[in-house]
Formats: sequence, structure tokens, C-alpha cells
Amino acid sequence: MSIDLILFLILAVVAVATALGMLLSKNAVYSALFLVLNFAAIAVFYLLLGAPFIAISQVTVYAGAIMVLFLFVIMLLGAETLAPSKVLRGQGWAAFGLAVVLVAETVYLLVSRHAAVGVIARPDAFLNTMDSLREIGKALFIQYLLPFEVTSILLLVAMVGAIVLTRREKGG
Amino acid sequence: MSQYINPSDLTTILPAIVLTVWACALLVADLFIPHERKGWTAVLAALGLVVSLDITLIQAGGTSTGFKGMVTLDGFSTFLNALLLVSGLFGVALAYGYVRRMGLERGEYYTLLLFSVVGMMLMVQASDLIVVFIALELLSIPLYVLAALNVRQIESEEAGLKYFLLGSFSTGFLVYGIALIFGATGSTSYSGIVTAASAGTSSLLLTIGAALLLVGFGFKVAAVPFHMWTPDVYQGAPTSVTAFMSSGAKIAGFAALLRVFALAFPTLTADLTPILAALAALTMIGGNLIAVSQTNIKRLLAYSSIAHAGYILMAFVPYGNPQVMPVSVAAGLFYLVAYAVTNFGAWGVVIALEKQGGKGLEISDYAGLFWKNRPLALAMTVFMLSLIGFPPTIGMVGKFYLFRAVIDGGFVWLAIVGVVTSLISAYYYLRVVVNMFMQEGEPQTGSEFWVNFTWGLTALMTIIISFVPQPLFAWASSAVLRLF
Repeated sequence: MSIDLILFLILAVVAVATALGMLLSKNAVYSALFLVLNFAAIAVFYLLLGAPFIAISQVTVYAGAIMVLFLFVIMLLGAETLAPSKVLRGQGWAAFGLAVVLVAETVYLLVSRHAAVGVIARPDAFLNTMDSLREIGKALFIQYLLPFEVTSILLLVAMVGAIVLTRREKGG
Repeated sequence: MSQYINPSDLTTILPAIVLTVWACALLVADLFIPHERKGWTAVLAALGLVVSLDITLIQAGGTSTGFKGMVTLDGFSTFLNALLLVSGLFGVALAYGYVRRMGLERGEYYTLLLFSVVGMMLMVQASDLIVVFIALELLSIPLYVLAALNVRQIESEEAGLKYFLLGSFSTGFLVYGIALIFGATGSTSYSGIVTAASAGTSSLLLTIGAALLLVGFGFKVAAVPFHMWTPDVYQGAPTSVTAFMSSGAKIAGFAALLRVFALAFPTLTADLTPILAALAALTMIGGNLIAVSQTNIKRLLAYSSIAHAGYILMAFVPYGNPQVMPVSVAAGLFYLVAYAVTNFGAWGVVIALEKQGGKGLEISDYAGLFWKNRPLALAMTVFMLSLIGFPPTIGMVGKFYLFRAVIDGGFVWLAIVGVVTSLISAYYYLRVVVNMFMQEGEPQTGSEFWVNFTWGLTALMTIIISFVPQPLFAWASSAVLRLF
């Protein structure tokens, strides 16, 4: 057994367990924290697959920025103290049906690909190095320089707008 | 040639860069302007627009591309950027007294307006779908905020939220369209799309992508059936904001639509022309028919702006016909000017009559205006006639060019729809005029210099340009799109 496989098995258990924990925990904050763990486990999967850039963006964007926002919203709205919402009629059956479809699709893909290729091909060797990061940076700052810079203006405007709408003038 | 950035990159979008820097500086400068003197912020914002307008006009005649083919400077962009900057100036002029009177005076109003103009200018110059997308957001987000600026009035908050939600929804269509186009051609730049499309890549995906783009833009320019948000947003937003967004957002939306379709999708003419024709006809019919039953002047002008989106869309229908295309683009540009001028004037009159708490906005409030304030009533009459397309106004000349271009393109039925709906529109526009001249009433009018200036100037322009339309039309005709 190679190190990769051992690592994969451990991470797989963590990923599945945290996903279940997220679904099953009654407290919304716990759910969010389980989701962070799940994201982290998946980020290491990406590393195993030789995609360091996606792994790092997974950590910074999903586990970092987006989850902090989630937690903020949960705490600000007090969602962790809310009573569980009512379940739609037939929701359970619909979820079961969709899950079956998803599993069937996955199995079919795995079987058909396995028959055709033997193993799922490893990504390009090029992606395994930090060169991919350099290429992304080059594309961003040469080819896509203008959209990149305009995005920063866009963020500034959105921030100003949010402050204008929420801050009350004195005496207003 | 540097690998990264060249002086020519910067000069291609110099007016937009100057305006961006100016807006950022204004954001800081505004902190030092005391609350009672926020008028200075307006003056500074107007100054920035004038500087940018100067640079735009100095650059007239030049053509270049910049930032690795992301943006283009050509006669088309010069013409529309000048129009957008003038619209921004009118927007500031209308807001100057209005926001103080309504207790909405915030320095950020003008900063956001400047940023919105920057977004519009980038959208006019964009020659890559990614820039179109980001510029669209840059122009929209300030407008969402400005629409909701009157936090004390629930309608304004509703307008802002509605505009934001539906705007984001429509952006979703746009991005999905861009993704499909990228999937079909492997490129987001117009030249790349054309190259891939003429090489014969799968056309169905490209057509669906183009149709989704049309949905996204159709929302921005308020074309039927994507117009549902317009009346509520135009009515709820502060009137000075409505005046600006009804002109500016439309101009930018049409500019981007025209550039995308003419440059990137010439191979899809057979599929897209019928869709565009149907959209134009539906918009003209829908907008004008629903406007008939309106009693609130802001809603009336909102439906009128929907109807006018239909007329301008007519200019797009023959876009695939290389003989007619230059004329129809020129007619479309001319009509955009005619619409912007008339529209700002009409909204200026509405602002002159509006009072605190959304009073003074019913058509019945205009009763007897002629006997109370003759210049104002006469100006409003001019605007209403121009919106109908009645001589001697710029609206008539604009419609004449449009109908001629459409008939040259072989769409006689569309021109007939245009004429018939114009006749229908005469009913509701003339009702306002009849109210002003033939009903008894005691309308109260405000007297703010810059509002009076705006409706006075636009009324004069509406009439004068109708007698000498040639110089403007000649400029519009020379404002051709730069091919790659």
C-alpha cells in the first residue's frame, strides 16, 4: 500500500464523516464547522491529484472567506436557536429518488470508464508543478489585466454602496 | 512593445480612467465637505465629467485597441461616450437641487453616479465578453444603491431590492450565455468568436449562448418580455436617479448589444434576426398598450421608456445586412441621442413638479399648468410631442431615420408596427398635454436653477436639432464600428 492510498483512505473517512456530521447536527453553527472540515479534507484530495492551485483556492475561498460569511449570517440572524423548519410534503421521497439517480449515475460512469480506460487518467504532469500557478498569474496580469483591475473598482463600489445604504445620517 | 502594458492601452480608455481616478478622489474629498455644503460635491463631480468629456472629444477620430484586445476605441465609442458623459452631467444637474429638497443629500450620490458612468463607458468600449460582464456590474451596482437611496420611503427600498434581485437574475443569464459561447468557440473576445464561428464550430451552442446574452441585455434595456421590473423601479427610485438610469443604462446596454451582435455574431444572422424583430415588435406593442392606462407620470414615462427600447431595437434588426447596417447603426445612435435629450427634459419637468412624500406625481396634478407656468408647460408639450414623434421635434426626425433604415432592410411590417404604436402612444402623451392646457388646477412648481436649465436646454435642443439634424446624423454615420 502506497502512502497516497493510505492518505486517501484516511481522508475519505474524514470527508464522509464530516459531511454526515454537517447534515445530521441539529445546531447550525456545528453544521457550518463540519462543512469547514469537509472543505479542508477535499482540499487535500486536490493536492493528492496534483492540483495545488485548486487546493489552495479551496482553502482560502471556500473554507476561509465563504464559511466566515456563513458563520456571520448564522450568528447575526440567530439561526442556531431557530426551531427546525417544517418539512415539505413528499420531500423525503423526492430526496431519496434524487439520491438514487445520483448514485446510479456515479456507478455507471465509474464502471463504463473503468472498462474503457482501465484507470482514470492522472492529470497532466504539467499541473503537478508550481508552473501552473505561474501560468495562472501570467494570464491574470497580462491577458486579463483590465478585467482584473476593474473588478477591484467594482468591489470598492459595492462596499461604498453597502455602507451608504446601512449607515444612517446623523439625525436622519 | 512591452509584454505587460503599453501607453496605447491607457489612452484607449483614458476618459474612463480619468473618471475613475476622479471618482476615487471625490470619495475622499467628500469627507472634508461639510454636510450643509454637499453642493460642492456635485460641482466637483460635474467638473470630472467635463474633463472626461474633453478628453473624449480630443480623442475623436482616433482608433485603437488596448489591453490585449479587451477594449476598443473607435468612432462608435467616442460618440456614445460623449453621450453618456453628457447624460451624467444632466443627471448631476437634475440631482443638485432635488436631493436637497427631498432630504437625500449624500456626497456618495455623485461618486456612485460617476462610477456608474465609468461602467457604462467601459461597456461601450468592451470588445471581450468578460469586460462586458464586469462593466455591466460596475454600471448596475451603483444604480441599485441609488434606487434605494430614499430609505425613509418604502417604495424606494422596494425599488432598490427589486432592481437588485432581478438584475442579478438577469446577470445570471448573461454569464450563462458567455459560458456557452466560450464552450462553443473557446474564446470570449469578439474576434476569437468570429474566427471560431466562421471555421464552423458547433453553431447550436453558440446560438443558445447568443440568445441568453440577448435575455441579459434585454433586461437591462427593459425590452418586453423582460420589462416587469421597470415601472416599479422607475416609480420607487428618487426621480433624479430614474432620469439618469432610464437614459444611461439604456444607452450602454444598446451599445454593448450592438457591438456584440455586429462584431461577434455575424454568422448567426439567420437565427437571430427573427428573434430581434419579434422582440422589437413585442416591446413597442407591449410598452405602448400598457402605458395607455397609467395615471402616475413616473409609471407613464417608465412604460414610455419600454416602448422606446422597442423603437431602438428596430435599428438592430437588419444588423446582418452589410448594405443597410451602417445606416441602421447611425439611425440607432441618432435615436439614442433623441431619446436621451427628450427623456431628461421630461424627467426634469417631473422633478420641477414633485413634492415631498411622492406628491405631485399624478397626471391630474398637471392640470392647469399652462396657466400657472407657461414655459414649463410648453417645454413639457415639446417633450411629449417628441416622444410621440410629432414634428417639429427631434423625436420625429429620429423615428424617420429609424423607419427608413428598417424599410431598407426589408422589414416593412416592423415599420408599420412602429407607426401604429406611435399613433397609440399619441393618446397617452397628449392626455398629459390636454391636462396642462384644458383642465383647471392649481399646480405648484418648484424653481431650481439647474432643473430649469435642464428642461429649458433640452427643450431647445429638441426643437433646434429637428430643423438641422444633418450635422448630428453625419456624426452618427461616421461613428462606425472598428473591425479587428
